[in-house]
Amino acid sequence: MKFSGLRTYAVLYLLFLYAPIVLLPVFAFNSGTVVSFPLQGFTTDWFAQMAANTTLRRALTNSLIIGGSAAVLSTVLAMFAARASARYRFRGKAPVMGFIMLPLVLPEIMIGGSLLIVLLAMGVKLSILTVILGHVLIATPYAITILSTAFSSLDPSLEEAAYDLGETKWSTFRRVTLPLVLPAIISSMLISFTISMDEFIIAFFLAGNEPTLPTYIYSQLRFPKAIPVILALGTCLVVASIALLTLAEYIRRRGLAKTGAKDSGGFL
Amino acid sequence: MNKSNLDEKQMIEFRDVQKYYGDYHALRGISASIREGEFFSLLGPSGCGKTTLLRTIAGFEDISSGAVLIDQGDMRDVPANKRPTNMVFQSYAIFPHLTVAENVAFGLRRDPRTKAEKQKLVDETLAMVGLSGYGTRAAHALSGGQRQRVALARALILKPKVLLLDEPMSALDRKIREQMQVELIKLQRELGITFVLVTHDQEEALVMSDRIAVMFEGEIAQLDDPEELYRRPKSRRVAEFIGEMNFLPTDVIGESQGKIQIEVAGLGRAQIEPGQVSAGMGAEPAVGFRPETMTILLDEAATQDREAAGTIAEVVYYGDMTYYDVRLDGVERTVRLSMRNLFGRPVLEVGMRARIAWSEGALILFR
Amino acid sequence: MAAPAWTRSETARGYFTLSPVLIYAVLLLAAPLITIFAYSFFKDGYLVIIHEFTLENYIATWSDPIFRTILLRSIIMAVVVTALTVLTAFPIAYFVSFHVRPSRKSFWLFLITIPFWTSYLIRIFAWKVIMGYSGVINSSLEMMGLMGDGRLFEDPFRMLTTLPAITVALAHAYAPFAILPIFVALEKIDRSLLEAGQDLGETRWTSFLRVTLPLAMPGVVGAVLVVFIPVIGDYVAPELIGGGKLPMVANLIQAQMLPLDNKPVGSAITISAMAVVALIALGFVFANRKFLRRPK
Repeated sequence: MKFSGLRTYAVLYLLFLYAPIVLLPVFAFNSGTVVSFPLQGFTTDWFAQMAANTTLRRALTNSLIIGGSAAVLSTVLAMFAARASARYRFRGKAPVMGFIMLPLVLPEIMIGGSLLIVLLAMGVKLSILTVILGHVLIATPYAITILSTAFSSLDPSLEEAAYDLGETKWSTFRRVTLPLVLPAIISSMLISFTISMDEFIIAFFLAGNEPTLPTYIYSQLRFPKAIPVILALGTCLVVASIALLTLAEYIRRRGLAKTGAKDSGGFL
Repeated sequence: MNKSNLDEKQMIEFRDVQKYYGDYHALRGISASIREGEFFSLLGPSGCGKTTLLRTIAGFEDISSGAVLIDQGDMRDVPANKRPTNMVFQSYAIFPHLTVAENVAFGLRRDPRTKAEKQKLVDETLAMVGLSGYGTRAAHALSGGQRQRVALARALILKPKVLLLDEPMSALDRKIREQMQVELIKLQRELGITFVLVTHDQEEALVMSDRIAVMFEGEIAQLDDPEELYRRPKSRRVAEFIGEMNFLPTDVIGESQGKIQIEVAGLGRAQIEPGQVSAGMGAEPAVGFRPETMTILLDEAATQDREAAGTIAEVVYYGDMTYYDVRLDGVERTVRLSMRNLFGRPVLEVGMRARIAWSEGALILFR
Repeated sequence: MAAPAWTRSETARGYFTLSPVLIYAVLLLAAPLITIFAYSFFKDGYLVIIHEFTLENYIATWSDPIFRTILLRSIIMAVVVTALTVLTAFPIAYFVSFHVRPSRKSFWLFLITIPFWTSYLIRIFAWKVIMGYSGVINSSLEMMGLMGDGRLFEDPFRMLTTLPAITVALAHAYAPFAILPIFVALEKIDRSLLEAGQDLGETRWTSFLRVTLPLAMPGVVGAVLVVFIPVIGDYVAPELIGGGKLPMVANLIQAQMLPLDNKPVGSAITISAMAVVALIALGFVFANRKFLRRPK
């Protein structure tokens, strides 16, 4: 009894989670300009308008640059942190790691606001570069979480064995460590990329006059006329996110299967 | 244990090796040498420094002072990847992303031989460890015993001067462990390579080794061949660590003509040779003897040995052997004796009276 | 050549490996936080900052009834959102951990996390679409003939610009944040403990209360913190769903930092809000310390 009750609840909860997402395509293909029932008719106009929008394209380009850079940089930084935390025991490790992970629990408005003040005080011109700096900061803790699991489940004897068999420190990393943590590196990059693509507040504070996808969307939400196009864009973003996440999950599982490790849950 | 025909050349030499981890003194002046071609074991409880000492040979641990020599060469500035040693790790450290053959061939990357020659070598080495035909298997799909064989093959294919084994048997089931012990001994005899084994299992060390170094708290307490170690432990601690030993409080009465007179609780007076004396490490003087050195007499027959009497307090039946805890008359002391369950010999019961035969030559005085 | 002594110490090697990310965090996290802390004690001259110690900004902040109202509103909303999110998330985490076959668990986690990885702005906005005056709910009711003169409902519901609407949107946005830590804590529970509990005469319900729940508390505490802290600093939901009529702390900070360009007061508000959030969070952790003291 309890079992089926819980299952019903779980299904209802999933409906609640997915309701807003399911609505996006429904109205993105609706020819009515007002987002309400009853539906008017089927159209792909909104998608066409979206594709023709040059500001949007610029925002997308910016976001891709920012997301790509943030993904690579935060993953590289996180590899150092994950390695240090998995490999060494040292004084002050817990507080130092806590400090690096702080952006996980710090409201983004505070990160954005304080970075803005510092950058302006130093006379740095706001651009997509400054957004990258901010996004690396917030994506790194997520990347560390993913990579720490991979690095700490790595048997330290594996590296010693490779070294013992004549490899150098660097070739050991290349032949043993890297292949074994590669799935986690890819997951980490995909997730950092997704976080950056989706981040609004920091971009809002630090992008200057450059639009990013979220700041562009935010600016358009004020105009009722622009809504159907945004819903079309939202539909595309949802599809892209799901594709990316499915890819990440697939790579993660393949990595697990390859090394025969046990599946211990998904992301984070 | 054919040490007579062993070359006396030294393969590894420790010269006053000291190792500190911060304030912790892990190795306290190790001086010892390991002969070429011998099966050498480092035996001791966990935390005694045996693994650390092994890792100083491999080059995974720097030493704080002293020297480690391999084949007469000082290893101070030689990193692990340049040393003529290879290691079988406790976890086996099989690369999970490679096949069995790729694991075995891992160290051959810089080898100038052709691909075909390497392939042949890999096949031969796999055959040597009993894994013919396993080359294309995924490494993570192997059983514990098979992983150990892969680890062995991977290390031996490089023809090291010394093979280091870090508790290689601790993760195996008893049956497979015993089988691997025998195979390792055979392999070592065939190859003639120096093996250095770290283990906390005294039985394993006794079975496998030509010589054993027993370590406590960063020091070698005794270095001897297995028989000497078992028969003549140099200290009470070694005696307690290796095999089982009974201890009885003892008074030393006097020494004359090179003999020592003692009064042993429950056994009475005895006279022993100076060679039967070992370090008691501060404790009250005591006499020790192994369970199998005393016999329970089953009939009224006379014996040439000395005799003692007591009551059987506990019987532990092992199939081939039976252990008896006997409370000796006159003292509140229980000693453990072992008897082989020969055909037709009855197993005694708790409460029965027992006559015990013992001889002075089996006693060791710890003082 | 022997390595220099400092590289042999594990602490030195640890910090050396950590240094790239640590330097980054010091430059882009610690330095900015210290700077706004300093700014909050500086005077705002028009277009320039006067580097002179003053408490004016804090006095101005705390004596302003608008700030106090907004802070109180933010706290109440964050508490309600957190409670709602964590309470509804717990059964899901429990379901996935205890009633889903191990091979299917990662699929369920995947299902739960997907909405979280899709555009936050658009998700919040979707709630605006759902709850709007002529939005999905109202127009659906109308279409079904339940709304209008003499029907079940007279007038369309006014849901937007209300606190419940903001609460629902935020509870939705932060759901996975609550589910995951609780799930992790539940996964760590040794199942034989529950069998032991039932073996000792507990019913399923009492063993849940006496064994499962206390052991899950570290996860619940984690969930509360990771929901409460970002929610109290949320900018988008009050703006989009609340229509700017119910500003929260984040909106106030943004207003001071950007349009009003009074960075010292903005900093003082930020620091004040951070202090209040930290106090609440620490108080909460302290209140639950007996659940957290278990060795890892």
